[in-house]
Amino acid sequence: MNTLRAEWTKVRTVAGPGALLLAAAALTAAIGVAAANATGGCPGRGCQVDPAKVSLTGIYLSQAVVAIIAVTAVSGEYSTGMIRLTLAATPRRWRVLAAKAAVVGTATLVTGAVAVLASVLAGSVLLARHGIDAAHGYEVLSLGHGPVLRAAAGSVLYLGLVALLGLGVAAMVRDSAVAIGTVLGLLYLFPIVASFVGDPAWHRHLDQASPMTAGLYIQATTNLRALPLTPWQGLGVLAAWAAGALLAGGLLLRFRDA
Amino acid sequence: MTTATAPYRSELGTGRDGFAQLLRAEWTKFRSVRGWVIGTFAGALLIVGLGVLTGANSECGIQLGPNSPSLACPAPPTGPGGEWVTDSFYFVHQPLAGNGSLTIRVTSLTGLYSTQGNISAAGNSDLGGMTPGVQPWSKAGIIIKASTARGSAYAAMMVTGTHGVRMQWDFTGDTAGLAGTVSAASPRWLRLTRAGDVVRGYDSADGTHWTLVGTVTLTGLPASAQAGLFAATPGHTVTSSSFGGSSAVGGPALATGTFDQLTRQGSWPAGRWTGQALHGVGDNGLPASAQKFTQSGGRYTVSGSGDIAPDVGGTGKVEHVLAGTFGGLIVVVVIGVMFITAEYRRGLILTTFTASPRRGRVLAAKAVVLAAVTFAAALAGTLIVIPLGQHLLHENGNPIFPLPALTYARIAGGTAAMLAVAAVLALAVGTLLRRSAGAITLLIAGIVLPYLLARTPGVLPDGAQEWLLSLTPAAGFAIQQSTTAYPQVLSDYSPGNGYFPLGPWGGFAVLCAWAVLALALATYALRRRDA
Repeated sequence: MNTLRAEWTKVRTVAGPGALLLAAAALTAAIGVAAANATGGCPGRGCQVDPAKVSLTGIYLSQAVVAIIAVTAVSGEYSTGMIRLTLAATPRRWRVLAAKAAVVGTATLVTGAVAVLASVLAGSVLLARHGIDAAHGYEVLSLGHGPVLRAAAGSVLYLGLVALLGLGVAAMVRDSAVAIGTVLGLLYLFPIVASFVGDPAWHRHLDQASPMTAGLYIQATTNLRALPLTPWQGLGVLAAWAAGALLAGGLLLRFRDA
Repeated sequence: MTTATAPYRSELGTGRDGFAQLLRAEWTKFRSVRGWVIGTFAGALLIVGLGVLTGANSECGIQLGPNSPSLACPAPPTGPGGEWVTDSFYFVHQPLAGNGSLTIRVTSLTGLYSTQGNISAAGNSDLGGMTPGVQPWSKAGIIIKASTARGSAYAAMMVTGTHGVRMQWDFTGDTAGLAGTVSAASPRWLRLTRAGDVVRGYDSADGTHWTLVGTVTLTGLPASAQAGLFAATPGHTVTSSSFGGSSAVGGPALATGTFDQLTRQGSWPAGRWTGQALHGVGDNGLPASAQKFTQSGGRYTVSGSGDIAPDVGGTGKVEHVLAGTFGGLIVVVVIGVMFITAEYRRGLILTTFTASPRRGRVLAAKAVVLAAVTFAAALAGTLIVIPLGQHLLHENGNPIFPLPALTYARIAGGTAAMLAVAAVLALAVGTLLRRSAGAITLLIAGIVLPYLLARTPGVLPDGAQEWLLSLTPAAGFAIQQSTTAYPQVLSDYSPGNGYFPLGPWGGFAVLCAWAVLALALATYALRRRDA
């Protein structure tokens, strides 16, 4: 409990994380609004707009901000030497990592919930104005609708898992520059490489293994059969990456000199 | 009594802070940090490794029958300029020996199209289910062609669906003639004359007043060329795109031209015209059995499918084996930012500025060292991965898009230069922010993310994609574009298909402008700010 409080104090008393959390929420909502505004109905069959996905486009960018918060929560301690004090006060190092995960994860989830809620509300108003609503045969964009609720709640969880991935990687490599490069590389590189691979089977495998592509399946509310994984399985892929990173980071933290 | 003692003077000569010394100092810093050297090698390895991954996992094969073995995808024919071409049309021809001319009146251009996908697959020549209508680039007219071999040189005068009269030659050439659509009430007269290697095209709206549309030289046109009437049309496509994703629906089409008042000069044979569908494996047009030619009195009707145009197809492009550039870019950005932020974090910056108080020159020296190292490593990577990846693509049955050596040089050298400029941009942003994590995220979100969003279908609408790739530093990836967009060929010229809105050099200039702007701001900040 004291470890948790210590970590909360660290996050609370530095200007960076608070400002970044605000930025993440604002970016998510702003991009969601821009995306919803730019979307028109599309004529013809075979053209489907996924309203939930459109209004949650901002996650593509805000995950990067969340990654900074998570990475600096660990690597900041190494660069200032604070980590020695932290580990002297709490010699059980697993507990330090768990407390950091709890504090950063909770802060991300709360911010994410606000951002996602704002995005969905703005999206439902703006998309309806562009003729994308239930009356025109599109999916309903309301949190009372099961798939939309899943997409919204899943997006919040997605941001939380990205934060855990960032913490784990930062605990592994310690340096903030290398850690943020690794996290963003993991997130953004898979879909780009997959788009160049010509073999459809390989493309599918890369999509299934990609933390971002698979993780964001949670936002899909239309055409679910075309996805290589179900939405929850997709989020599970990201969870596996995050758990693996946390485990490796925890082991290195436990057995390596700080 | 005091004795004056000379003040201590070091016996070492006065140090110099010339630019060469600064470069040497920065180079020593770079090469003595093990992580950066390893990172540079890792970046080059990523470029090679990811390129090999995509090359090794992109198989292309076709089966001609249900039980026949899979064959390598056939390469399209190549035109006189060495480029891939589509050369499928219905050709009504006779040999024209030596010089001569061919004049004709076109009274109508009509068409049929299918929205049901490729109905030619079963060899079905039943046109019952097709919808009447011409395509924008449906074409019918007269042509002089070196031979009936696909890809041979030609010059043609034609009426088109919605682009008026055109003169086209050797697949890539295209000049506009009379505007407006052809009909019985407003027919078009077309004329081609051959004199040696030179072919002239004329058009007329009344058959008496002629306008020269174009003069082209077909080098090596044989003494006896094939000349006559033709009809062709690309398939019908409707592309609708939105956030939900773009979807293309369509099918093959047929164009029918009606001609009369045919007059000829020169030595033509007396016999009948020969009708022939030029058609190849893998063509999307209708089967040969659906294309035909009838003659009754002085009236000729020619129906054809396919196109005579450059092939802007998607397989075997060199960009595919350069997928690792993005991995390399992330490494380059991390090293570029750390090259300055590490000095701030360790306090080395104080020593650096004490030794060399002119701070702008320090930044310039850092930029030069970083750019040179990045360029060398990235060039090594691209020079290895392009031949290796294309070899793998070829082994996997992909025909390799033919490119001139100069284009290969632009793509290999340009990719390395793009990474070098991105490294300098990273250095400048790192100087401005002095924080690694923030600077790296800003750069990756500014370079890699726009490209990812523009390339992934269904995330952004077309307008937003082109806007992103014109304004953000991601425009620099245009230097890798290997194919040309032709206005006379309707195709998917979107970023997702490898076409950039600004062209290779324009896009690269946008990235350079960002780097120069960031360097200027960084120099200003460095001078005004306490270190």
